[in-house]
Amino acid sequence: MSLGGLQDFWLTYQSTVAFVGLNGLLALSVYTTLSCGQLSLAQAAFMAIGAYASAILTFHTRAPFALNLAVATLLPALVAVPLGLPVLRLKGVFLAIATIGFGEVVRLFFVNLDFTNGALGLTAVPQRTAIWMIYAALAVALFVLWRVRGSRAGYALEAIREDEPAARTMGIDVARYKLAMLALGAAFAGLAGALEAHYTFMVAPGTYSFTRVVDMLVYAVVGGTGIFYGPVVGATFLTLLPEVLREVGSRVGLQPGPLRLFVNGLVLLLVILFLPEGISSLPGRLRARRRARREAHAA
Amino acid sequence: MLLELKDVRRTFGGLAAVDGASLAVEAGEVHGLIGPNGAGKTTLLNLISGLIPATSGTIRLDGVRLDGLPSHRIAALGVTRTYQNIRLFPALTAADNVLVGAHLKRHAPLWRRMLFLPSAAVEERGAREASLALLGRVGMAERARERASNLSYGEQRRVEIARALASSPRVMLLDEPTAGMNPGEVAAIAELIRGVSRAGHSVLLVEHNVKLVMKVCDRITVLDFGKVIADGTPAEVASDPAVIAAYLGGEAAA
Repeated sequence: MSLGGLQDFWLTYQSTVAFVGLNGLLALSVYTTLSCGQLSLAQAAFMAIGAYASAILTFHTRAPFALNLAVATLLPALVAVPLGLPVLRLKGVFLAIATIGFGEVVRLFFVNLDFTNGALGLTAVPQRTAIWMIYAALAVALFVLWRVRGSRAGYALEAIREDEPAARTMGIDVARYKLAMLALGAAFAGLAGALEAHYTFMVAPGTYSFTRVVDMLVYAVVGGTGIFYGPVVGATFLTLLPEVLREVGSRVGLQPGPLRLFVNGLVLLLVILFLPEGISSLPGRLRARRRARREAHAA
Repeated sequence: MLLELKDVRRTFGGLAAVDGASLAVEAGEVHGLIGPNGAGKTTLLNLISGLIPATSGTIRLDGVRLDGLPSHRIAALGVTRTYQNIRLFPALTAADNVLVGAHLKRHAPLWRRMLFLPSAAVEERGAREASLALLGRVGMAERARERASNLSYGEQRRVEIARALASSPRVMLLDEPTAGMNPGEVAAIAELIRGVSRAGHSVLLVEHNVKLVMKVCDRITVLDFGKVIADGTPAEVASDPAVIAAYLGGEAAA
């Protein structure tokens, strides 16, 4: 590819590259709460809080972008604490429903406020996000989760996920760990929200709806939640898939729209049926299979 | 007196599963808790470990009230346990299960690990070695890297005891540690329980195997329909007419 061709390629696909990173960060935010067995569907609301906070700060103050991002990261984490105290007592589907409720409340709050320009949202948000910032944020999130794994706290989280009462009688303060992970997930979501707002020039309340959380959850499930980088694998795969399909579709003369939805659904179905631990479990499975075959040969 | 229960009561609806039970476990003692099925033995252990709240009565460890405290605080004060229906963390290895058990003993701030400080690595190595040593003590050293779900029933029970020991508890509650074991395994568990008590941990042992209880316990409390019907040395309890009646039926004693 010539230099000009490379430039064209970058111009066409840089937003795809940005969204691979953003979706990866959002998938990690869902994973963070899932890592201690909690399904929180409030992530889009945390994302909205981060996006609005950063955009409003940019409009009304001269604060540097780094400070806005810090606020967008910390504010959702702070909101997560009073939300988590009552809500984390709930289990399974009840927690999911309560957090969906919280998400809707936050969205409607922003829609009905004049300060946030109601349902139209904030437009002409200055573009401050560079793609390297998105990947730096993703790297930080991955680093934190990587170091937590295998630590005393990491083992406590695994114990909570496996058997909560047993974890409690080992002296693990279950409520504290759950709250910490909800806050950490909220921080990741808020940071992603702010980075997205300053990349796409806008904060539209419609983008923080329930369907957005479902997307994040699907990234995490397709990628696999057994290991911390799984959700990023899933987000990368599912964000790139429509682009690849559009290319392929246009070459064979198919309409991109219906094909994309069909293949997306098909991939989700295939992963759940044949790779229940996600795409990230594939290398390990292949290795185990090869070993089994070798042992069968040896025997 | 290390662990002291006074008039502990727990009702489920109209049924009193534990009905005003009092008992005392001395320091370093192996204390048996026996009784027919449904006598309230497991409920009593759940009350002590704080998994369910008592309806009334008090539970004290060395004078400190345990009743009303959350489970993790009770564990931190020095009471750990095993479960009748084994509750290991199935996806973790045997060694990692024991490592989780050492949660209370470990001082490992996360920021040190984040900064790759050598002190964090030293602490981790120490904790791992201690876990392996504990697995060795229950005869499970060579199975350390096996997932808990792949272990046999008897092996799982032994790992569970190691996990409960990992925090160096003052009192360990064992809920039927020999259920489903063969005679050889039972003898090994008896030896293990005596070793645990020699190492200074008190044991409250719920067990159906009367022979084992008579052999390893210093004192025995007998529960029937949630009430204490006898309390004493194994010999005293074995000859108590109320105990014989509870086990063999009312007419046999008459």
